[in-house]
Amino acid sequence: MTELRLDSVTRSFGAVQVLFDVGLTLAPGQVHALIGENGAGKSTTMKILSGYLAPTSGDVLLDGVPVTFPSSQAAEDAGVVLIHQEFNLAEQLTVEQNVFLGHELKRGFLLDKRAMRDRTAALLDRLNCRVDPRAVVRDISNPDKQMVEIAKALNRDARVLIMDEPTAVLTEREAEVLFEQVDRLRSDGVAILFTSHKLDEVKRLADVVTVMRDGHVVAQCPASDLSEDDMATAMVGRDVSSLYPERTGAVGDEVVLSVRDLRVPRFVHGMDLDLRRGEILGLAGLIGSGRTEAMEGLVGLRASTGTVTLNGAVVRWSGPRDALDAGVAYLTEDRKGRGLLLAKGMRENLTLASLGDFTRGLIDEAAEERALDRAIADFDIRAPHRGVVVGNLSGGNQQKLLLAKVMLADPDIVVIDEPTRGIDIGTKQQIYEFVHALAARGKSVIVISSEMQEVMGLADRVVVMRGGRVAGEVAGAAITEDAIVRLAMGLENTVRHREPAA
Amino acid sequence: MSAASADTNPGARSGPALDLRVLGPILALAVLVLTGAMLNDNFLSYANITNVLSRSAFIGIIAVGMTFVITSGGLDLSVGSMAAFIAGLMILVMNGLLPTLGPGVALVLVGMAAALATGLVAGFVNGFLITTMRIEAFIVTLGTMGIYRSLVTWLADGGTLSLDFGMRTVIRPIYYDGILGISWPIIVFALVAVAGEVIMRRAAFGRHAAAVGSNDQVARYSSVNVDRVRMLTYVFLGILVGVATIMYVPRLGSASSSTGVLWELEAIAAVIIGGTMLKGGFGRVWGTVIGVLILSLIDNILNLTDGVSPYLNGAIQGVIIILAVILQRERKADA
Repeated sequence: MTELRLDSVTRSFGAVQVLFDVGLTLAPGQVHALIGENGAGKSTTMKILSGYLAPTSGDVLLDGVPVTFPSSQAAEDAGVVLIHQEFNLAEQLTVEQNVFLGHELKRGFLLDKRAMRDRTAALLDRLNCRVDPRAVVRDISNPDKQMVEIAKALNRDARVLIMDEPTAVLTEREAEVLFEQVDRLRSDGVAILFTSHKLDEVKRLADVVTVMRDGHVVAQCPASDLSEDDMATAMVGRDVSSLYPERTGAVGDEVVLSVRDLRVPRFVHGMDLDLRRGEILGLAGLIGSGRTEAMEGLVGLRASTGTVTLNGAVVRWSGPRDALDAGVAYLTEDRKGRGLLLAKGMRENLTLASLGDFTRGLIDEAAEERALDRAIADFDIRAPHRGVVVGNLSGGNQQKLLLAKVMLADPDIVVIDEPTRGIDIGTKQQIYEFVHALAARGKSVIVISSEMQEVMGLADRVVVMRGGRVAGEVAGAAITEDAIVRLAMGLENTVRHREPAA
Repeated sequence: MSAASADTNPGARSGPALDLRVLGPILALAVLVLTGAMLNDNFLSYANITNVLSRSAFIGIIAVGMTFVITSGGLDLSVGSMAAFIAGLMILVMNGLLPTLGPGVALVLVGMAAALATGLVAGFVNGFLITTMRIEAFIVTLGTMGIYRSLVTWLADGGTLSLDFGMRTVIRPIYYDGILGISWPIIVFALVAVAGEVIMRRAAFGRHAAAVGSNDQVARYSSVNVDRVRMLTYVFLGILVGVATIMYVPRLGSASSSTGVLWELEAIAAVIIGGTMLKGGFGRVWGTVIGVLILSLIDNILNLTDGVSPYLNGAIQGVIIILAVILQRERKADA
């Protein structure tokens, strides 16, 4: 049984102090949740716990003895393993090769493949994960990758497991599988720390919660003593009970966008959709239900067939340029991989999709700077300095910049895919306000989201997809978690039956 | 995560401060000029400078085009062979039409048009295979490199294609004459470089090329026509190879299988020395010009001085290239 403790730890980067007197204890058989807004100091704390960073002052205590991990490797050898949010797996290798990477079992000079396969199979069994040890990691699903990471950690005999937003890339159902495994590890006596922006998960999973704000621990107590609202309030430092703004502005009657029999090979098999002026339409469904693919097909990012009518006229878009010129913008869920050029500055990113508006032969850089000024003000983008490389912005500020970039093209219809993935609650609230403001100005918004609360809190109407088709839709008071889940899971008959009553 | 990773990079660039990555190539060039001037009195003479710059022009014009290709995440290994092929074709066209048009300006113009058109088509073929057929740029241009080289050898029947003597005197001035004592190749190189620099920095095309090279998915999702940008970089490069060849043919009046050998590597080396990232995403044309000058000056200085054998030219250039890449690595780390 191993206990890992931080005792009055501080950490500074140059002149900037980012951690102040942080103390927390990871006890065997206990799940500890570390929550806080982006930039609160969670990552730094986790890095200190797992040997990626050393504290400026204060102690890391392993079973009561002060230790300094010279490297993450040393921490792993001591049984302390950090699982990164972005998986650290070699995509081209098999599951078993990954589990034993760097710690291969050998017989003489040669690899003992059989022993490694058996051990891997046993570990995966223990995790109740049915992935084949011989499967190539590139081909397995995200939750399975998560399990492989955990198997890898267990194989290193991890006694302290630190997980950075383990559910960020998982659907609610996949997350549930993960939680069961966490429960199992807890009863095995592993000390676990995880971070999450999803407070219902924290409530469901954690024994102890530590809330951080601006580098300080602002609350630390048994999870049962805090409601989700309490946690949010502690994180933000103000009351956020009204996460979703009051809806202003009415949905128009006029259908601005009408989609008939939209098909995207392999993903979408005939989808009909109507969008009204000033409407916020939620597009729900499990990951893999074809939501993203349908919208990418709509704007020409994927090959698709079907009839699209925009403001009464049938249109054909051969690429995103056509769609954007027609006033339809798609904001990707993958802001790091598809949304922003992480190595470039804010100005270049902001104007990339609407560079034509800034070009009269040559690019008018002064006009670009003015646009950046406006974007920073309108979307409350907080950057350490103006020339910052976008990869160094926090997730929330990246998302705001991405929103600003898409809105710079002044579209009438915006499709926002996962508007708040991996974003702290304060920024979430701001983004919801932007979405509402758009609708109030007569723009129409389609919000794709895996977060049920978000869909319910934002949308006037929810279309639920399942297996590449529209499983059904709910509107107004009929928007309940139960109704959406039933549609998403394919229990639509029950819903139809109940709808009149609702 | 991202907020903290910014924190963990405390020394990371906090503004547009002049750093070694910008100053490096300029300093290297300055050191070379000073070294040359100290070692040989003739180094700074008008004749030597004109000579160095004129010879740099071929590679230089090509390297400007290569800067765009590399910035957008591509590569073109075929330019040396392409130059030889264009030179051969240009000579054949002019020789063939000599009886009809006679040795005059008209024939030179026809030859130029042929060179530019061939360059355009050759660049288009590379671009088409890379964008539409989705084949790796390295593979495509490795293939076309062999094809053009073999075609020129075949056209020359294994020997040398020579421009008819009647034409040589007509076409000679393109390389040897100029205005105000500046030879045409230098003027054309300067114009191409200035235009390239302006396009790279201030035109939407340059911005798009850097975006495509930085992350083509982001570019695509930002409504940039990625394939068109890529295609255009290869077409421009092809046309510039045509321009370089127009300057080159008058110099020797011949083309053979050994014309333009290793030009592609010299052009790529110049681009890299100039600070453009080989993996794409960032390019600077002025850096490429400095890279070309550095490579030519090393050659020139070794030829003018006795201290080091000119046979070591390649070795010194190699060291410079590797040093340039080591300097680039810091950029990667904080990107």
